[in-house]
Amino acid sequence: MSFLLGEHMTGGYGATDILHDCSIGVEKGEIAVIVGPNGAGKSTAMKAVFGMLPLRQGRILFNDQDITHLKPEERVLRGMGFVPQNQNVFTSMTVEENLEMGAFIRTEPIADSIAQVYDLFPILKDKRRQPAGELSGGQRQQVAVGRALMTHPQVLILDEPTAGVSPIVMDELFDRIIEIARLRVAILMVEQNAKQALEIADKGYVLVQGHNRFTDSGEALLANPEVRRAFLGG
Amino acid sequence: MTDILNALTLLANFLIIPGLTYGSQLALGALGVTLVYGVLRFSNFAQGETMAFGAMITILVTWGLQSIGVSIKPLPTALIAIPIGITVTAILTLAIDKVVYRYHRERRANPVIFLIVSIGVMFFMGGLIRFIIGPGDQIFFDGTRFILKAQEFKEMTGLNEGLSLKMTQAVTIAIALIIVTAMFWFLNHTRTGKSMRAYSDNEDLALLSGIDPDRVVMVTWIIVAALATVGGTLYGLDKSFKPFVYMQLLLPIFASAIVGGVGNPVGAIAGGYVIAFSELILTFAYKKVLLYLGPDNLELDSLIQFLGTDYKIAVSFIILVIVLVIKPTGLFSGKTI
Amino acid sequence: MAAFYHQYRNQILFSVMAGLLLAVAVIQGLSVSLTILNLCLISAIMSLGVNIQWGYAGLFNVGVMGFAALGGLAGVLISMPPVSEAWQAGGLGIVLGLIITTGTIAASLYTWSRVKYSKRQRYWAIAGIVILGYALLRVFFDPSVTAIEAINPSVTGYLGGLGLPILIAWPVGALFAAGVAFVIGKIALGLRSDYLAIATLGISEIIIFCIKNEEWLTRGVKNVNGLPRPVPYEIELQQAQWFQEWALDFGMPVDDASAIFVKICYALLFIVVIAVLLWLSETALKSPWGRMMRAIRDNETAAAAMGKDVTWQHLRVFTLGSAVIGLAGAMLTTLDGQFTPVGYNPLRFTFLIWVMVIIGGSGNNWGAVIGGFFIWFFWIEAEPIGLWLIETLTSGMARESAVRAHLLEGAAHMRLMTVGIILLVALRYAPEGLIPEKKRQ
Ligand SMILES: Nc1ncnc2c1ncn2[C@@H]1O[C@H](COP(=O)(O)OP(=O)(O)OP(=O)(O)O)[C@@H](O)[C@H]1O
Ligand SMILES: [Mg+2]
Repeated sequence: MSFLLGEHMTGGYGATDILHDCSIGVEKGEIAVIVGPNGAGKSTAMKAVFGMLPLRQGRILFNDQDITHLKPEERVLRGMGFVPQNQNVFTSMTVEENLEMGAFIRTEPIADSIAQVYDLFPILKDKRRQPAGELSGGQRQQVAVGRALMTHPQVLILDEPTAGVSPIVMDELFDRIIEIARLRVAILMVEQNAKQALEIADKGYVLVQGHNRFTDSGEALLANPEVRRAFLGG
Repeated sequence: MTDILNALTLLANFLIIPGLTYGSQLALGALGVTLVYGVLRFSNFAQGETMAFGAMITILVTWGLQSIGVSIKPLPTALIAIPIGITVTAILTLAIDKVVYRYHRERRANPVIFLIVSIGVMFFMGGLIRFIIGPGDQIFFDGTRFILKAQEFKEMTGLNEGLSLKMTQAVTIAIALIIVTAMFWFLNHTRTGKSMRAYSDNEDLALLSGIDPDRVVMVTWIIVAALATVGGTLYGLDKSFKPFVYMQLLLPIFASAIVGGVGNPVGAIAGGYVIAFSELILTFAYKKVLLYLGPDNLELDSLIQFLGTDYKIAVSFIILVIVLVIKPTGLFSGKTI
Repeated sequence: MAAFYHQYRNQILFSVMAGLLLAVAVIQGLSVSLTILNLCLISAIMSLGVNIQWGYAGLFNVGVMGFAALGGLAGVLISMPPVSEAWQAGGLGIVLGLIITTGTIAASLYTWSRVKYSKRQRYWAIAGIVILGYALLRVFFDPSVTAIEAINPSVTGYLGGLGLPILIAWPVGALFAAGVAFVIGKIALGLRSDYLAIATLGISEIIIFCIKNEEWLTRGVKNVNGLPRPVPYEIELQQAQWFQEWALDFGMPVDDASAIFVKICYALLFIVVIAVLLWLSETALKSPWGRMMRAIRDNETAAAAMGKDVTWQHLRVFTLGSAVIGLAGAMLTTLDGQFTPVGYNPLRFTFLIWVMVIIGGSGNNWGAVIGGFFIWFFWIEAEPIGLWLIETLTSGMARESAVRAHLLEGAAHMRLMTVGIILLVALRYAPEGLIPEKKRQ
């Protein structure tokens, strides 16, 4: 049984289902990567795992407990963190305030955690007083990840953390993500840069039209000729 | 030289001081509108009635205090009644939220539905107010009427024109300043205040950060009640309390909020003063000022007024229209608090 | 039972309404009942107008009062005889003023469309034109206004109207309202939805304010009485041979019979109007245009993506709905036989109409009509019922008891509260209304 597991998830935004019997799981300290074409339902699957989408069928298990009916806020309290694909920072608030908001549920002092995030993303320290809306795309993504880290989540869900980021920053972000995983955090990540992402992945999922198409270790998927041809561009 | 001083005194007495006073009252109202808009995402048509309700409770308590002989002369007794006014108003707004708004919020209703709902609330409150205190004029001001009398000023300076400062004007400006400062401090420096801004900025992300929406909503209503009660009471002290008048305040208040940029607190305050000063500047009779400033043989047979005083209400509308045409997001491009 | 209700809902609801009116006729007299009926009909027309805006397109108009008043104003301007002394005293100035106003607006619009290169220059140029135009206007206008208002102020003191049959005022009233609605819509539509609400709230207050203050045009708070009628006068009837015989046949005193006859004439006129409007509205609603409007209402973004010019369609519907409200306003003034600016208050003329539409069933024309009937009926009958209730409930108390006095005094304000509560309850528990919109795919 995985640490976090979405099992047989079926559901959508309205009458039509987007996800069809889709299952996704990740272990502590592991990185699981989800790839697939645009509109495959990757973001939708992440929202479903985080309780932001009503499921018609299936359930979500976290730490051996059924959390299918918990509200997103309650999942945060249980130790889950989520970086959505869009609008993932508070644009009108400063970088530091964004981090503070990330730690909203914590009652103990948060200075250490903020310092940790600054260690991880040094550029943010220089920009701490600047509204997040005025940062570059890559810096914003760092703020977004940093915000989610502030709760010290046990599982971190990232929806395209490297979207709109230059290759160098992307490598750096991946390095950071590996660092985070080493702290025994389970990481569930959607990525467009499938090759690089699968290279660091312990587990990989290929979603197509809301179905699990391939599920294997990252290496195995990279080696699979069919996956290479259809999803990794040769 | 004295002519210039006389002219300035005239302007200060009839434009600047009243403008600051009225502007402060509008700013408090517009802040309430903007907060509801920023956090709850609808235009609250019940704002005027909430102000009237807060003022009414304050008046009732003031009467009670006056009858047992409490007084803080030279300040008006109403000032010590305000906290109770705020408490009762907050209870009412929270109750209304629970019974009325929450249902629609949970269903994520269209903002227009909220707007209509707020009109229903406006009627309910309006009826309640008139039922309790009646539709008539109520006087509850006590304390010293003037801090500076026009006559004293004339004697002091030897000018022809007098400058007077009413207690209510000074109190209004001072309290508005305190409240506004406190509110900005709250929004920018407290955890709860920041969580309100976060919620207003990005509701989904706020949920993902574990911010409790119910708490944000609750705090918002309490602050709105406080702003409304203070604004309503100050307006009542300065002019007079009449339920009907508060409904008419709705237009200038919304104009202030929109001119400044709905959802933006700095904008709401700026908007309040813009509207207040525009009203006064456009309806002020410049005859006397020009007589002082112009050549000695100047003769004017009209009042030199842009608009009749009766047309005050049109001013806020005209400014509103200009803003909607030129820059619909308002001066401070608001959306979030 | 429920199925039966659903099948014959409209018939049942209209029968209930007819029954209520009959009951009033029996208890309070036929004349009272007909008075209520006439106002029900006018309310239903206003409610149809609001339904066109809200039900078809989801546009929230908080200025119903203003548009109704414009219709009323048309009644005065069309039907009252012109006051020639007033025209002589100040007519020239007024006409000049109108020309200046038109010129200023035209010049501003021209500048707006021509000076494209610099926004700032454009604003300054327009500001200059407006200030100049306004100054000129004041120079010519003010003395004329004073002169006009000085002429026999207790009887006229205004320019009067055109002296035409008042029925002409009905379409003209619709035109007035449509004109103002077009301008307001042009400004506020296409922005956030609540801007329209605030803009219409503002314009309606200003319209009422102008009507109260511009005495040279409307006599202001002095009212205009004795508007000519489209139907016979009671006096004429009472003196007519045929009518006396008629009354005798019915066994009614001639006085009563003439009053009732006049009211029936009005009712027939109104019914013709409402029938035509209903037919037009139903046709429109079923047409491709109606389908498109609903599509836009239900999903603006999708409709815009499909290439529909949402703002332009909204502007059309908004203007059209306001025209219907203006028409109803003119009809109301006609029925009253007088124009009383102080009578326009937002509760009665804006929000009550809203309640009618929401209770009746937004998006359904028949719903709007039945809503207009029911709500007006209860609006009128609530007061006697409420007073009677309080009287009965407090009858145990001492005559001069303070509580009782307060309750009786407060009864008037109960209306305000009740309208609010009805609106809130309806929005929560019956947002569909009595006759819900037909769901068509
Ligand atoms: N809020 C929404 N309401 C309705 N439908 C939605 C919504 N968000 C997404 N969809 C639909 O769900 C489907 C899957 O969308 P999703 O965002 O999950 O794709 P994705 O795999 O994340 O794509 P991408 O790689 O572009 O981010 C799409 O067809 C999309 O149109
Ligand atoms: Mg996605």
